[in-house]
Amino acid sequence: MPEPLTTHTGVAAPLLRDNIDTDAIIPSREMKTTGKTGLAEGLFAGWRYLAPGTRDPDPSFVLNQPAYAGATILLGGSNFGCGSSREHAVWALAEFGIRAVIATSFAPIFFGNCVRNGICPAVLPPEAVAEIAAAAEAGSQVSLDVEAGTVSLADGRTWSFSLEAEARAMLTEGLDAIDLTLKLRDRIAAFHARDRAERPWIYLEEQA
Amino acid sequence: MTGARWRRRWRRRLAEPRTLFAKLWDQHRVADLPGGAALIAIDRIFLHERTGAAALGGLKAAGRSVADPARVFCVMDHIVDTRPGRDDRTLMPGGQAFITETRAAAREAGLTLFDVTDPDQGIVHVVSPELGIVLPGATLVAPDSHTCTQGALGALAWGIGSSEAEHAMATGTLRVATPRTMRVTYTGKLGRGVTPKDMILALIARHEAGGGKGHVVEFAGEAVTALDMEGRMTLCNMATEFAAMTGVIAPDEATFDYLAGRRYAPRGAAWDRAVAHWRTLATDPGASFDAELEIDAAALEPMVSWGTSPEHSVAISGAVPGDAGDRPLAYMGLRPGEALAGLPIDAAFIGSCTNSRLSDLRRAAALLTGRRVAPGVKALCVPGSSAVKRAAEAEGLDKVFTEAGFEWRESGCSMCFYAGGESFPAGSRVVSSTNRNFEGRQGPGIRTHVASPETVVASAIAGRIADPRAIGEGADA
Repeated sequence: MPEPLTTHTGVAAPLLRDNIDTDAIIPSREMKTTGKTGLAEGLFAGWRYLAPGTRDPDPSFVLNQPAYAGATILLGGSNFGCGSSREHAVWALAEFGIRAVIATSFAPIFFGNCVRNGICPAVLPPEAVAEIAAAAEAGSQVSLDVEAGTVSLADGRTWSFSLEAEARAMLTEGLDAIDLTLKLRDRIAAFHARDRAERPWIYLEEQA
Repeated sequence: MTGARWRRRWRRRLAEPRTLFAKLWDQHRVADLPGGAALIAIDRIFLHERTGAAALGGLKAAGRSVADPARVFCVMDHIVDTRPGRDDRTLMPGGQAFITETRAAAREAGLTLFDVTDPDQGIVHVVSPELGIVLPGATLVAPDSHTCTQGALGALAWGIGSSEAEHAMATGTLRVATPRTMRVTYTGKLGRGVTPKDMILALIARHEAGGGKGHVVEFAGEAVTALDMEGRMTLCNMATEFAAMTGVIAPDEATFDYLAGRRYAPRGAAWDRAVAHWRTLATDPGASFDAELEIDAAALEPMVSWGTSPEHSVAISGAVPGDAGDRPLAYMGLRPGEALAGLPIDAAFIGSCTNSRLSDLRRAAALLTGRRVAPGVKALCVPGSSAVKRAAEAEGLDKVFTEAGFEWRESGCSMCFYAGGESFPAGSRVVSSTNRNFEGRQGPGIRTHVASPETVVASAIAGRIADPRAIGEGADA
């Protein structure tokens, strides 16, 4: 279960491209085991290393640059995390130490995967992301307040982002969604009793 | 809200015209959650070997079990070998463990498993409709982004991550923020040689890969209802490439005819009752959507991608845009203004959950009959399921492909993506009936052009990107 994320301040690395896909975040060839760990090394492998399969850092890639050493926030463009639903992309980011991604929009599955793994996906307009990126390039750290829904810089500039109540609670309280849902066990049972009468063909064991 | 108030509101809501999505949503709403989310009942869950072991392992590690194993299915498709005579061994290093661990976990959990050599094995989104596992009005989720394919049957089917797969299995529900709705209406009739693949690529090219913005997109209009079920699956398949939560098409007689008699579809009196219910699953006249788009299907041409996102697509008579960014062009080895048609290719691939069903193979084979793949072009055809493969072989389509110079494979996701195993020769330019042209998707440095199966075949024959309509004008016309 992820650690609660209420506020966070850290180095933000700008990766201002649109449509950064989950194949780029974690290439399929880097998903080597059936587990959820051991993925940080493969994060952005196609961009981070000079040649496929090697681990020689490409100095031109943002996360390899000394200014962004220890980055915990990523800045992205539109439709961040598009493509494959692989949660490995988010597990790799989390294992690498990323706690938030600030982008102009997110692909829906990736957004949900972030929330379930303690990474805050914050949507801000392009101008705001550009300003934050410029500040990050100038050496400013970036702060996030998940409860308040704000991103701010040391000089006081602040932007608001919206997060649905459920997503916010998941992040700030590190809630386990399954536990929450199992509290509604009776409602689920009542639904099934009603639905079974209405749509019996959905319940496969009855057809055997 | 009190019970009485809630009931009044509910009755008002039922009296209002509703979208197909609203009907599916309301049918499955177990409880309302804070902030506009809802607990949604999940009717079907599908796993595959790439992430199945992780989800089932996670569940087990947390001391939980699958709530209703009869409604959870698992298939081997993602990394299973597609070469003849396959077994658990994979070309992907370490791939075998994904198969054996998923198999063991699926058996232990009591799921229905379509194993490597099972006659029902195939790509999850081909197998599920084929067996009638997905049904109109059902909710179906899978840890696979292309689950939206199955919206073609009038189901609310969408891709999720592993954590949500665990949640769905443990509780039979998912906690979902209410999505916004969009309708994309394709007016008019498709021209000859223009396919559902071209319809969806045109939408994404015109409105960008992020254009669907998490909406549930209903595909409607004359050109959509005219499609057969497999064409509708191709259209819905790439809703995820449009950043939609999913795509959906209202079920109709074509849907019911397709499903009748399939293994997991209802039978007898239950079938009649189900069809009566399914007939109510259409958007009511006057229902409103959060967004509406319209596309003139009659004006569409075969499409082909030039860059590294599906939004980087143009009509086959077109050229790389003048304002294309440096990065995709550098990766693809192209220049602004360069024509797509005529670009020499190294490989041609027919397969994937987008375009590997029997009708895809039939149309491809019709163009290929009596022709040959250009010298030096590696060409593969990978049927979408073992059933598709058998049906194609019964019609002799395999001979058409192999005599033309295509390899004919066992079913699976194959080279739609590169998992460390099989790929094309380094730096290859590939015309592919798949859905993603991302950097490195089919292998490091591989340059993918996504297109319809017809365009793949026409290009394989020409040895360069080619308009399939030009072939049709030849001897077959």
